[in-house]
Amino acid sequence: MDLSARRELYTDGDLNRPDAPVVVKGLNHWFGEGEARKQALFDVNLALERGKLTVLLGASGSGKTTLLTLMGCLRRVQEGSLTLLGTQLAGADERLLVQCRRRLGFIFQAHNLHESLTAMENVRIGLEVHGKAAMAGWERASAHLLKILGLGERLHYLPGNLSGGQKQRVAVARALVGNPDIVFADEPTAALDKNSALNAVALLKRLGTERGTTTLMVTHDTKIMSLADRIITMEDGRIVDDRGTT
Amino acid sequence: MTILLGHLLGRLPIGWLQLVHNKTRLAAALAGVAFASVLVLMQLGFLGALVASIKLPYDQMNADLLISASDMNTLADGSPLPRQRMFEALTVKGVQSATPLYYGKVEWKQPDGTIRNLDVFGIDPSVETLRNPAISARLNDISLSDVALIDARVRNVSKSLFAKIAAGEPYRFEVKGRTLKVVGTFEIGGGFSADGYLVVSDQTFLRLFPQRSAGAPNHILVTLAPGADPAPILERLRATLPADDSIVRTVEETFGRDQAFQTTQRPVGLVFGFGVVIGILVGIIIVYQVLSTDVAEHLKEYATFKAIGYSQRFFLGIVFEEALILAILGFVPGFLVSLLLYTVVATVTGLPLAMTWARAAFVLMGTLGMCALSGAIATRKLARANPADLF
Repeated sequence: MDLSARRELYTDGDLNRPDAPVVVKGLNHWFGEGEARKQALFDVNLALERGKLTVLLGASGSGKTTLLTLMGCLRRVQEGSLTLLGTQLAGADERLLVQCRRRLGFIFQAHNLHESLTAMENVRIGLEVHGKAAMAGWERASAHLLKILGLGERLHYLPGNLSGGQKQRVAVARALVGNPDIVFADEPTAALDKNSALNAVALLKRLGTERGTTTLMVTHDTKIMSLADRIITMEDGRIVDDRGTT
Repeated sequence: MTILLGHLLGRLPIGWLQLVHNKTRLAAALAGVAFASVLVLMQLGFLGALVASIKLPYDQMNADLLISASDMNTLADGSPLPRQRMFEALTVKGVQSATPLYYGKVEWKQPDGTIRNLDVFGIDPSVETLRNPAISARLNDISLSDVALIDARVRNVSKSLFAKIAAGEPYRFEVKGRTLKVVGTFEIGGGFSADGYLVVSDQTFLRLFPQRSAGAPNHILVTLAPGADPAPILERLRATLPADDSIVRTVEETFGRDQAFQTTQRPVGLVFGFGVVIGILVGIIIVYQVLSTDVAEHLKEYATFKAIGYSQRFFLGIVFEEALILAILGFVPGFLVSLLLYTVVATVTGLPLAMTWARAAFVLMGTLGMCALSGAIATRKLARANPADLF
């Protein structure tokens, strides 16, 4: 990967930016118990910028997934500080973690669509979690997103009748329909063709610009990396490189 | 249905949509729940028929209290009772009448060689011992030697025979070496131990059962003076009669004891009770199997929902939604099939087998409970849906 194009190296000073949606300080994490206990993250410090698309790079086992799941409130913080949208997650109970997750959007490598729900209904799942008040006009909102993602003709299709790429686009719509503050994405474009992938990432970028939606994405897709505002590289549980892009 | 459930639940009826998505599995699950419902309804029906058939003779007794042998469990067992107890009972204030009832069993051999078992009541024809109008109207007739009245509901006997008897054409058959002349009919109905009833006078009874004695009836039927309070009279009778050979109870109490004994101590009652338990277990296992498979197959989707921010309560709601839908949709065909089977069995066996709303409601509640329990067990698998594993 050519890093020469990068112009800005992020510094510890960014950790104190008041508008940072995610601030990680001295984060350590372990898996296993006793002698089998293995450290996965070592003193990770990081702040995400509001509205920016950040790509997280690293080999398998580098700790990027652990970091992603901790920031996504899917694991409990063991040591260090992790502030998400102003909420300290260290010591947070399950109820608080669930509440925080409702402000996030997740796009997984696998679409994990519900086979018995149509594309529209699957997208609705991302909205229904916010309660009845959020459901007003859900059909319009869901259809609008699906149309942007090129699925306007397949709103009422069951996942079984959609291609892999189409399913993944429904999953993207499901993650975005609730207007999340932060989107965590794990190889979201792996199942998409080039145009669909660029279209999806363009949508994330647009949300970043228009709504301030922050995106943290694990990807090895080079065409996506060129669209990133920032690229963080992890190795053996540590951030070894963290730069903004031109 | 989806729209209706959506309105009821206030959310997407995911449980319903999941169930109808796999129609083969849904059909199998509904068949399973229906089968369990049929099993439970039939066993409860048989149990109900047993209780109803036990009650039939008690309903015929023109009595407020019943003096029986102290070792009596059912109407048919227990030692004979000294008739002296009848006279002693008559001395108790508040007792209006006391009359003996003799009880026995005979076999009625049919022209084809098969046997019908009849319970025989031997009564004093000068007293209205039984409150059956058809019997009361023919008391004079049975006061004659070897004359009887027969139950027109005796199982597996041509109705035309009883029609002829009722029309005045006497029917004769041999019992214990004596020829009985049947001059009339009444209706009680058979149970699990006999096919029907025969009513004769006490004198004819003693001729049919020569080993029995007039001084030792099976029960003494006691009526109280009009308006008398049974409780103090019952106490006075208990104080008067020796407890080592006799016991006094209300007719209702005696029936209750008989019912409790036959449903909990006798194999037939235990078998039906066991059948109910088996039916419930079958239902729980079938529904659990369906729900746990369903949960296991959707673990990734549930994990995704968890990641999105749905709480455990939401998932429990989906599983219970499925459980309740299976319960209701499975119960309806089970109930209809049971109604049909009740009719068939009642017709074939002559047992007092009838569906009651209370039983249907009880089994529906039980089916709902059974499915909810299965759902509760199945939800344990939900804990394995860890959203962190999705990355």
